[in-house]
Amino acid sequence: MTSMYAEEILDHYRNPRNFGELKDAQIKYKESNPLCGDEYEFYLKVNNGLVSDAKFFGDGCAISKASASMLSEHVKNKTLDDLKKMKLDDVLKLLGIEVSAARTKCALVALLAIQKGIQKFEGGKNDGSQR
Amino acid sequence: MFDGKKIREDFPIFNSNKDLIYFDNAATTQKPKQVLDALQEFYSQCNANVHRGIYKIAVEATDEYEEAREKVSQFINSKIEELIWTRGATEAINQILYAWALWNLKKDDEIVTTIMEHHSNLVPWQLLQKNGVKIRYVNLNGDGTLNMKELENSVSKKTKFVTVTQMSNVLGTINPVEEIVKIAHDNGALCLIDAAQSVPHMEVDVKKINCDFLVFSAHKMLGPTGVGGLYAKQEILEKLDPALRGSEQIKSVSLFETEWTDLPWKFEPGTPNFADIVAFGYAVDYLKKLGMKNVREHERDLTKYALEKLQQISKLKIFGPLNGTRGGVISFQLADIHAHDMASFLDDNNIAVRSGHHCAMPLMKYLGISGTTRASFYIYNMKEEIDKFIETLEKAKQVFKV
Repeated sequence: MTSMYAEEILDHYRNPRNFGELKDAQIKYKESNPLCGDEYEFYLKVNNGLVSDAKFFGDGCAISKASASMLSEHVKNKTLDDLKKMKLDDVLKLLGIEVSAARTKCALVALLAIQKGIQKFEGGKNDGSQR
Repeated sequence: MFDGKKIREDFPIFNSNKDLIYFDNAATTQKPKQVLDALQEFYSQCNANVHRGIYKIAVEATDEYEEAREKVSQFINSKIEELIWTRGATEAINQILYAWALWNLKKDDEIVTTIMEHHSNLVPWQLLQKNGVKIRYVNLNGDGTLNMKELENSVSKKTKFVTVTQMSNVLGTINPVEEIVKIAHDNGALCLIDAAQSVPHMEVDVKKINCDFLVFSAHKMLGPTGVGGLYAKQEILEKLDPALRGSEQIKSVSLFETEWTDLPWKFEPGTPNFADIVAFGYAVDYLKKLGMKNVREHERDLTKYALEKLQQISKLKIFGPLNGTRGGVISFQLADIHAHDMASFLDDNNIAVRSGHHCAMPLMKYLGISGTTRASFYIYNMKEEIDKFIETLEKAKQVFKV
């Protein structure tokens, strides 16, 4: 088993990419993982159906922060449908490590923030069009 | 004296997991073969429902079952009538809530407890708030001990109930329970001691403590899961109706009325978890044979050794008393390494510890942290294991670049 604490993971943990708030993001969602107390807010800007910018803010363990950081890079120029289809395996592929069963929730918290954010965004839009 | 290495031979888990360093004893302990054998023997030789059958193996099963009660009640120095079997400490606390507190505490009554309680001695009492009962929390001193001055000031004539842990599952703090009980009684309040972390590790004498209620769990003291003890003073139990109702606890039943049977069975409806309770009796035999003074001494020795070594690690913060009256539970944080990362890293090195809030979220908030890593010791732990633990922490510092 590749160690969970590979050089690249720790690099993203210590120097998270796209860290901070994105003021004019249309998608904004906070998700937490009570197991570790991880809590992240994800911000996505959407342009012509594509994610044009992404940032995140929050704190937690190395696994959760590294996955949030890597996802913040990965989501750019993807369609919302692409992101909705992402699963745990896709996050693990980004992380490049195996994560012990007890820690999969840590790896998933950022993806959940993104996907729930999209759901809320699209739900809100549907409500609007029905009115 | 005490030989951790010799004791390990009685624990099959260390045979199946050769390199395992098990430091999560505050969560649950491992089981010696004497307990596992007792379980196997009971089911193979005299399995039958207790207190019912008149055939031979049913009598034998009942004898074994009640013998376990005798052993465990002696262990805490209670009368047989005063030891009620439950599923664990949590259920025992809930029984006190539903059999006594909900019926007796009224609007503007107060209960006093501490900020260091486990959720199981905190969440149940919140229900009383719906009746207008006020909960007061006593804070800590800087060293993680209970602020006794504040406790004294919090208990008043309005206080009907004081409930306190004997040993914190996070800080290792051992509270002066005899003194606390006296303060409660002087003000006319009843007192519960959550002894889930103390009965396994030190001599606990309910008569000496003079508490009204005391609870503990078998699985934290070499016994099986799903067994716990509720001690309550006989004169209190006699006045109460049981929290749980059904079979096995009655003298007679008519369509609209029931007459309860004698203590302690009055509080034990349904078929009890008798096989596990019998095995629990053997766990207590095992501890008695070691001697609880020796158990305490062994853990005190390990804890002192670990605390000394831990304090030499720079950027390591220990939560809880560094000396004095404390048990073998050590919570710490190493620089900014998240508790779960720390635990995963230790696990990569076959060291099992606990990380997170330890079911004490109000305490975490009070300490201003999201969680800690916790190492907790028991009879089979050795200094060599602490050495490896310390080495691994040093290694973590390098890997996490702190």
